[in-house]
Amino acid sequence: MTERSGSRIPELVAKYERELLPDWMEQQLESATYRADLLREDELRAQSRRFLEVFRKTLENGHGDDVSGPGWAEAREVLQEIARARARVGFSPSETATFVFSLKRPLFELLRKEMARDPDALAVELWRSSALLDKLGLFTTEVHQRGCEEVIARQQQEMLELSTPVVELWEDILALPLIGTLDSARTQVVMESLLEKIVATGAGIAIIDITGVATVDTLVAQHLLKTVAAARLMGAECIISGIRPQIAQTIVHLGVDLATVITKATLADALEIALARLGLAVARRSA
Amino acid sequence: MAVVKDEVLLIRSGEDVVAVRQAVREWAIGVGFGLVDQTKVVTAASELARNVVQYGGGGVVRLEALNGPRRGLRLVFEDDGPGIADVEQALRDGFTTGSGLGLGLGGARRLVNEFRIESEPGKGTRVTITRWK
Amino acid sequence: MERIPILEMGDSLLVSIQVDMHDRLAMTLQDDLTARIAETRARGVLIDISALEVVDSFIGRMLGNIAAMARVLDARTVVVGMRPAVAITLVELGLSLPGVSTALNIEKGMALIGAALHGADGRSEG
Repeated sequence: MTERSGSRIPELVAKYERELLPDWMEQQLESATYRADLLREDELRAQSRRFLEVFRKTLENGHGDDVSGPGWAEAREVLQEIARARARVGFSPSETATFVFSLKRPLFELLRKEMARDPDALAVELWRSSALLDKLGLFTTEVHQRGCEEVIARQQQEMLELSTPVVELWEDILALPLIGTLDSARTQVVMESLLEKIVATGAGIAIIDITGVATVDTLVAQHLLKTVAAARLMGAECIISGIRPQIAQTIVHLGVDLATVITKATLADALEIALARLGLAVARRSA
Repeated sequence: MAVVKDEVLLIRSGEDVVAVRQAVREWAIGVGFGLVDQTKVVTAASELARNVVQYGGGGVVRLEALNGPRRGLRLVFEDDGPGIADVEQALRDGFTTGSGLGLGLGGARRLVNEFRIESEPGKGTRVTITRWK
Repeated sequence: MERIPILEMGDSLLVSIQVDMHDRLAMTLQDDLTARIAETRARGVLIDISALEVVDSFIGRMLGNIAAMARVLDARTVVVGMRPAVAITLVELGLSLPGVSTALNIEKGMALIGAALHGADGRSEG
């Protein structure tokens, strides 16, 4: 039911906005779900006033109940800010939606008082206002949802970066300790960033340590080999360390040829080789 | 799947090959390819554009930006040259050995997702390559 | 006609390729470089490709040719500054640049030439 003509809601909300606010406030403060620990009364009043104002304005401009349309854009923005602010201090999506839904009661009271003489019309208006506030309340849960998704994406990115640090072990020696599961896409990204780091630091030797890698499949093994080949083309050498017996078996079974690659059991062994190549050795200090 | 944009470039000289590389680079960036994928498709285009000049006597390349459901770049190289008698052989010939025609076809094929070649002696050559995002 | 400049650095020659070369320019470079090596009796050739975004089979062949001709003239060639995207593409292409030594930068390239000339580590190239 979306007949915009004849709805008295815009007119009444505009006329009684000043009374609606205290009624609504009283309502919220007395409710069992009021979270005084998360929101002070003056903050609640500010949020309520802001929403009521943009609610009234949007209705007055005749935008009806098309909540997702351009006419309600400003109202959506206000709700978005309120929802985000609430999410930040710890409100659940339901609690924020309830904030919107709680406007129903004072609004119904208002409609009832003004339209007591016309029960049929009142019924229609009650339905309209309920549907409208339902949509707005649901919108706030969507805002929450999107916020969560953004956090997850950002954390995934951070985890990816944390788990693939390229370390400068020594002048001219880089180490890339790989940890966790390697899938084809991630391996590609990691390998490309290793090559970029080689250029940036001018390091002639890179140790790729796969001690922390559980399994290696053909694609990953191929990416590793391609990276070693690419580094060599660029003028740097790679050493692969940390190949555990199981992985060594897998690689042989897969028919991957490691003949052209230096491999060492441990990162320490690889470091020794790298230092030797640079003409360096570790010696104990005398006295 | 839709072609959202297309353009035809003439390839008659070495300078045109450079122009094709630059155009393909721009289009690859437009389609949203990362740096490595850009480089691969530009390198493939360079090989094929050169073939058009050296063995095809000049020709054209049509660039097509694809979308729906995946984004991609398709390049169609055409010439009215003598055509290739033994396509299989041409694909196998290595430029590393420096022997044979050194067509770079095999190399280009490795750099793209889809590769098709139509060629017959006296009927010219058309090579179509596609790289998906 | 445009030419790529060739600089002398001690007893080596340095070429820095800054432009996307068309084939004729590449051939001219090959000829110029060979002539210059003979002329100056250079012992080393450094080719800086750090500005090249694409190295295809033609350029790869050019680099290989230069290295081969330089060797005949008793000079060592080192290609420096290859970009990661180029290296990855060459690996995919199956192009290995036989006979061409590579180094990450000019400094390392010079060191490599020095070591090869003075037989310091007896490392083989390619």
